[in-house]
Amino acid sequence: MSRIGVFICWCGENIARTVDVEEATKQVAQFPGVRCALNYKYMCSDPGQTLVRDKIASERLDSVVVASCSPHMHLRTFRNAAALAGLNPYRVEMANIREQCSWVHPDRTQATAKAVQLIRLSVEKARRDHELQPIRVPVTRRALVIGGGVAGIQAALDIANSGYEVVMVEREPSIGGKMAGLSETFPTLDCSQCILTPRMVEVGQHPNIRLYSYSEVEAVSGYVGNFNVTIRQKARYVDISKCTGCGECWNVCPLKRNRSEFDYGMGFRPAIYVPFPQAVPARPVIDPKTCAKLIRNGCGLCIKKCKAEAINFKDQDKLVEEKVGAVVIATGYKLYNIGKTQDRPGLEGYGEYGYGKYKDVIDSLQFERLMSASGPTVGELKRPSDGALPNSVVFISCVGSRDNAKGLAYCSKICCMYTAKHAMLYKHKVHDGQAHVFYMDIRAGGKGYEEFVRRAIEQDGAKYYRGRVSKITEENGKLIVRGADTLAGEPVTIEADMVVLAAAMRPADGVEQLAQKLNVGYDEYGFLLESHPKLRPVETSAAGVYICGACQAPKDIPESVAQASAAASKVLITFSASELTREPEIAKINEETCAACFTCLHACPYHAIEQAEIRTPRGVFVKRTARVNPGLCMGCGTCVAVCPSKSADLEGFTEQQIYSMVESLV
Amino acid sequence: MNLAYYPGCALHGSSNDYEQSLRACLETLDVQLKEIDDWICCGATAAHSLNQKLAIALPARNLALAEDEGYQQMLAPCPMCSMQLLKARKALVEDEALRRRMSEIVELEVRGDTQVLNLIQVFEAIGLDRLKAAVKAPLGSICAACYYGCLLTRPASVAEFDDCEQPRSMEKILEALGGKTVDWNYRTECCGAGMTMANEQTVLDLSHKILSNAAAHGANCLVVACPMCHVNLDMKQPAIERHYGVRHEMPIYYLSDVVGLALGFKPEALGIDRHFVCSADPAPGGVSTSDAGPARRGTGATGKV
Repeated sequence: MSRIGVFICWCGENIARTVDVEEATKQVAQFPGVRCALNYKYMCSDPGQTLVRDKIASERLDSVVVASCSPHMHLRTFRNAAALAGLNPYRVEMANIREQCSWVHPDRTQATAKAVQLIRLSVEKARRDHELQPIRVPVTRRALVIGGGVAGIQAALDIANSGYEVVMVEREPSIGGKMAGLSETFPTLDCSQCILTPRMVEVGQHPNIRLYSYSEVEAVSGYVGNFNVTIRQKARYVDISKCTGCGECWNVCPLKRNRSEFDYGMGFRPAIYVPFPQAVPARPVIDPKTCAKLIRNGCGLCIKKCKAEAINFKDQDKLVEEKVGAVVIATGYKLYNIGKTQDRPGLEGYGEYGYGKYKDVIDSLQFERLMSASGPTVGELKRPSDGALPNSVVFISCVGSRDNAKGLAYCSKICCMYTAKHAMLYKHKVHDGQAHVFYMDIRAGGKGYEEFVRRAIEQDGAKYYRGRVSKITEENGKLIVRGADTLAGEPVTIEADMVVLAAAMRPADGVEQLAQKLNVGYDEYGFLLESHPKLRPVETSAAGVYICGACQAPKDIPESVAQASAAASKVLITFSASELTREPEIAKINEETCAACFTCLHACPYHAIEQAEIRTPRGVFVKRTARVNPGLCMGCGTCVAVCPSKSADLEGFTEQQIYSMVESLV
Repeated sequence: MNLAYYPGCALHGSSNDYEQSLRACLETLDVQLKEIDDWICCGATAAHSLNQKLAIALPARNLALAEDEGYQQMLAPCPMCSMQLLKARKALVEDEALRRRMSEIVELEVRGDTQVLNLIQVFEAIGLDRLKAAVKAPLGSICAACYYGCLLTRPASVAEFDDCEQPRSMEKILEALGGKTVDWNYRTECCGAGMTMANEQTVLDLSHKILSNAAAHGANCLVVACPMCHVNLDMKQPAIERHYGVRHEMPIYYLSDVVGLALGFKPEALGIDRHFVCSADPAPGGVSTSDAGPARRGTGATGKV
């Protein structure tokens, strides 16, 4: 016979006002298996907990039912109290008679009856509870950071500076991400490279950071604390351990007119190149699509010039395995395609802006390169078509963003600010030039942001028009921009020398495939999903996998950096002990009855079920069975529902418990 | 190819020259047109500004007539007509209750399964290769600004035709016929359309911009596929010239005019002689590129209307 103690809480007046706790206590005391039933005004308070502890000892209770608020609120509290009194904490049950009873029912008699029923359920469950032990999982205290932009750099440095190893994987030949290509940053106008490149060098030289540049995550297996990561090192054709970065190869390369990816096509690079002089690692890579040696076994000048013998035209992709305990995804963003071609169903472009047709209609990242001191024009503003200094520039914000007709309903958040910055920087370079900005709304929430936009308008004389542009055409070397000024209520036509389109931010290419490898969710636009938008902003549905930066949603540098540090701190919490403790309420397979149909394996949303073999101690094969990986199982119970042979069960929520709870009601 | 033919008011009235040239072309290219019996007005601008139900019922009846006669496809050469028909068809296909209600109103079963084509689509269906093969007099001296106007490509979700902002289908046809085309800016702008009645100044202004831009990009003629555009750009051209004190002298051809010329028709056989602005060299086949420029026909007796 069980010895269950039932503790009914008044929750001040919250419960007691509606539920007759004295009456409930009287009735509950009569339930089979209940040793004692008590009520108290605040069961969660120190005297309340003492009452529970004392009764466990004096009545030699083997289970406890606390009838109070939601288990989300205080299950842990009462489990700890029970543990202090020597009772296994998993023999504590809660009946929620506040949120699910007193708060939602007005009638005292009925609410009391319901509270009694709710407690009856918990008592039934408690009668069949048994002792559980928390699961301990060893932790590999190394982290994987995917993406080497400002968010990835921040996360990697925070973790590495705490003394743990970091494996950083960057797809491009250099780390630095989008920020390395920016000119100056709002709202302080500090030079982007000046603040970022020292951090890049720190990553490159940090003894705790292993950098895989020009590499991608190929596969991930395992679970929190114990991930196995396969990294594909793409063929670089340059051995970076031998290369000194002297520059002889890219100087001698005759194929210099290839559009530079780093300059978004605004500048050129040779076939063997470092994307930009401050690259980390400052080692070149050969583009196999343009190199004459790789295409048709011609040229080969670079290999002759290279004294370090670092060039290897026979280089191939390599797969490397790394073991890590936690993962940070910081894959960042890309810009929406303004022109006709779209890479995602449901998206549409803007034919009316002539992007891709008129050379002087460019996007905002291209403009950043034109303004950057390290850009293709060395910071001199020259328009792409003829290199002339533009005397009038039109900036159009919300190109794609907030446009349901184009398939992107969200605000890209940073365009208002960088467009104000562009207008300002333009004015600083072309003193008698005029910047025109077409906007929908100005969203300048942030420290110093609104003041910054006002400065662009009031000090630097940018003309702001609230309205959209309907058409851009070219006449006599001028771009004719026709739009509406909805505040003045009239159409506007501007003859511009250049047009800059603030294209929407979209998640970087391939992030959905990466998310699938890591079991992380993503939204309809491909942005990665946090597990709670307010309280768990960097966690994901996959334990041990964290997100930061623009892969989660459009955000600016300060926010990306803050989020990166948050993700790093979550990693450090994971690393704070050599073992992870997980709740033991997970699925268990009865391997004797399991028919090895593996329906559960396919149904499991967390990939926590594995195929296993049962063998005798001498190694003779007995049978195959499904087996739960305790590191991955989240205790959702899907396998229990689908198992045809009823071999799967959930610890702490066994089918027997559920059935007896139901039976006690009907 | 057998097509139901919905002329609409324009092709039997002020733009019968358009009908003349497209009938000439299509006959040569083995396209049989069967004018649907007892067709009624498409509703044009008036119906949908006043009454949504009427705006669907009018074209719905015309669709039902074509369906009754068993046609899979129907040519509506006027973009206003084809847009009204397309809009109605889309609404009927998407809303079963509306389709039933409309069938009751027009007293005919409307299914919405007849496809509505504009003239460009008919030439595309014939095929550029077949057109090329049929050319007798290549359009050597033509350097055309193809003008689509506002309705041929828009709204994109209804028209489902070409790129709505940067269309190229007429250019492709002209190039197949040996003509040259210019890349210009006003291909999908509005000519003023029906404002020609209510507010002529708007039409003069918009059409003047279109003509000027075409000329500035080196075009020696405009090619249109809309009777309304033709009226504004051709018939109103003298008024535009008077108002702005300029001389455009820009011949305005229907698409079927230039196709017809390339197929070897005489301008008179296509009704080109009834345009208000006439090229001095209206048969641009051969090598003669007239530097005399277009000459103006006397308005009135020889002009249409």
